[in-house]
Amino acid sequence: MYQLTHVTKSYSGSKNTVTALKDVTLTIPKGQMVAIQGPTGGGKSTLLQMLGALDRPTSGEVVLGDSTLSKLGDTKLARIRAREIGFVFQGFNLIPTLSALENVETALAPLGLSNEERTSRASAALESVSLGERMRHLPAELSGGQQQRVAIARAIVKNPEVLLADEPTGSLDEDTRDEIMELLEGIWREKQLTLIIVTHDSAVAKRAERRLHIKNGTVKEL
Amino acid sequence: MFITYLRRELVNRRKQTIIIAVGMALAIALVIIVNSVAAGVKDAQTAVLGSVYGVGTDITISKAAAAPGANGTAGPGQRFDFGPGAGSTAAGTTAVASSRLTAGRSTATFDAASLGTVTGEAGVSAAAGVLSLNNTTFDGKLPDVNRTEQGSDRAQTGDGSAPTDGPGGTGGSSFNINSFTVLGLDPSESAVGPLSSVTLTDGRTLASDDTGTDVAVLDSAYATTAGLSVGGTIDIGGTSFQIVGLVESSSGDATTASNVYIPLDVAQNLSGESGKISSIYVQATSSDDIATLKTSLEAALPDNTVSTQSDLASSVSGSLSTASTLVGNLGTWLSIIVLAAAFLIAILFTISGVTRRTREFGTLKAIGWSNRRIVGQIAGESVVQGLLGGIAGVAIGLVGVLVVNLVAPTLTASASGRVGGGFAGRGIEAAGGPGAAGGRFGQAAHAAATSDVVLNAPVTVSVILIAVALALAGGLLAGAVGGWRASRLRPAEALRSVA
Repeated sequence: MYQLTHVTKSYSGSKNTVTALKDVTLTIPKGQMVAIQGPTGGGKSTLLQMLGALDRPTSGEVVLGDSTLSKLGDTKLARIRAREIGFVFQGFNLIPTLSALENVETALAPLGLSNEERTSRASAALESVSLGERMRHLPAELSGGQQQRVAIARAIVKNPEVLLADEPTGSLDEDTRDEIMELLEGIWREKQLTLIIVTHDSAVAKRAERRLHIKNGTVKEL
Repeated sequence: MFITYLRRELVNRRKQTIIIAVGMALAIALVIIVNSVAAGVKDAQTAVLGSVYGVGTDITISKAAAAPGANGTAGPGQRFDFGPGAGSTAAGTTAVASSRLTAGRSTATFDAASLGTVTGEAGVSAAAGVLSLNNTTFDGKLPDVNRTEQGSDRAQTGDGSAPTDGPGGTGGSSFNINSFTVLGLDPSESAVGPLSSVTLTDGRTLASDDTGTDVAVLDSAYATTAGLSVGGTIDIGGTSFQIVGLVESSSGDATTASNVYIPLDVAQNLSGESGKISSIYVQATSSDDIATLKTSLEAALPDNTVSTQSDLASSVSGSLSTASTLVGNLGTWLSIIVLAAAFLIAILFTISGVTRRTREFGTLKAIGWSNRRIVGQIAGESVVQGLLGGIAGVAIGLVGVLVVNLVAPTLTASASGRVGGGFAGRGIEAAGGPGAAGGRFGQAAHAAATSDVVLNAPVTVSVILIAVALALAGGLLAGAVGGWRASRLRPAEALRSVA
């Protein structure tokens, strides 16, 4: 479960300060599927970074389970990201020189598993996203939808508590978008993890149990 | 994962890997070649010095020669005095022959008791005193000396004027002057000194029981030139010496320190330098103590000049000296510049790579990779690139050294020292016809030790290890800089900058 209390995030520039999140207080129960919508520059990505332990708030508190993310150091935050949080990006963010299987394995590298176990779990994750036949392919040899499936396999291979998706269908056509959303929903239901999706797409947002709208750093329930 | 990722990066970013490796390879190759050639030049210098001063000689002690004419010393040249009854006269021409053994003009002698002072110093392993001499023989026909008093007087003064008025206008002169170097040394001391660096080619070398006897050992090159051999005799200072052995330099083409070697006591008596020596060769107990020993010897013998091997190295001139300067200055600086350039290329490419892979590292941080793991990955890639360059550089460097050794350039070296070592004996011949200018009686030439040394560039394991270590250091440096830059990337900023 996430608990955000009076979270404010400001970025100081050379001339002025931009406040991306303003006094956000929010609770997201474990296992909920949440969609975050809002205009560009409204604070969606900043909120996702707070939830994903990628950044700390300027003030306020972010708690994930038993961990107060806003108070942890870089090493502990990296450990939490390695074990409890999975990321899916709009641009897939696969490593171009690694095969699909090796890309998925990168998420297991920090866990200190044996080579065999790492390969076995990565293979299973790719099988679960229907890419068992493409394990040895480089990202450049895969379609956009297939690349996003690899990215999803990389996010779920460590069995995280939370899956954060930043515009997961933003680079895909409608048919592929639906396929990916069905895949994400299937994983959410099967693994009972918390799924938080940032999206511009209302069709994607409507699939969520709960929809939040963020504008000018302020969050509202829809 | 580390190995897989590293392999994939190096293979798929081939161009960057090749550029870094090639830059590093060229630098490492240059370091190996310069080091090897420098070692070869140093060996050559040691060989030249060894042929003059003897193998194992750490320090030489000599005395600066007084300027000609200073302190009442004789001016240049040697004198040959012929009395009214000298030689045999026939048909208005007098045939004369004379041989003189004297200390060389550039050689100053000093009390042989100094040898005892030297051996009494702490840190001296062995010491030997030698007397460096020149033997000049004169033989030929002169106008009747009783009738050409004025001309012979000029000749005797050594001022270079020759008799111009032969008897009856039909006389004139015809004479030969031959000169060779003679080194008197202690026959019982073979550990240090000029004879410690020679190889016996015929007969025997001087032994302890040769003290006081008229025996000589000849440089084989001189013996060939002079047509002398073991079993024959050689006239030194008017005394006939039996030739008992021939020697040549142990170091390649270099000749030995002197043309003729005779027992020290005999040399002293014949030259009128009783109780005198011209140089002392000193072997130090430890090569680490040479500087200290030099200082103490200078204090013990304040009137003498004490020179170490490194001091003597400066006396080597010729193309060997040019090569030494070239390698020492240009080679070293070129190596440093190329090495610095290779390091810079590696660093710049690594930084460029980190910048280009911002999204990659941001993503890895987002999925839980620690800074340490990412820095390790980048450093690993750089080290392997440096290592590949190092291995290629060692291969190129070895080929370069092989080429140098195949070409085997011959360097000419001259070692002019106070020891006054002469190489191939020079006969000075002059002939004067009627009324023509005759030859100078005084020997004006002071022979310098010149020899040809084939440059051989040795490669040692330590040089290769140093080269590989340099390549690794370059890789580590580039990896450290690149890793530091990657570690400063905050995951949120890295991902945001890409977005």
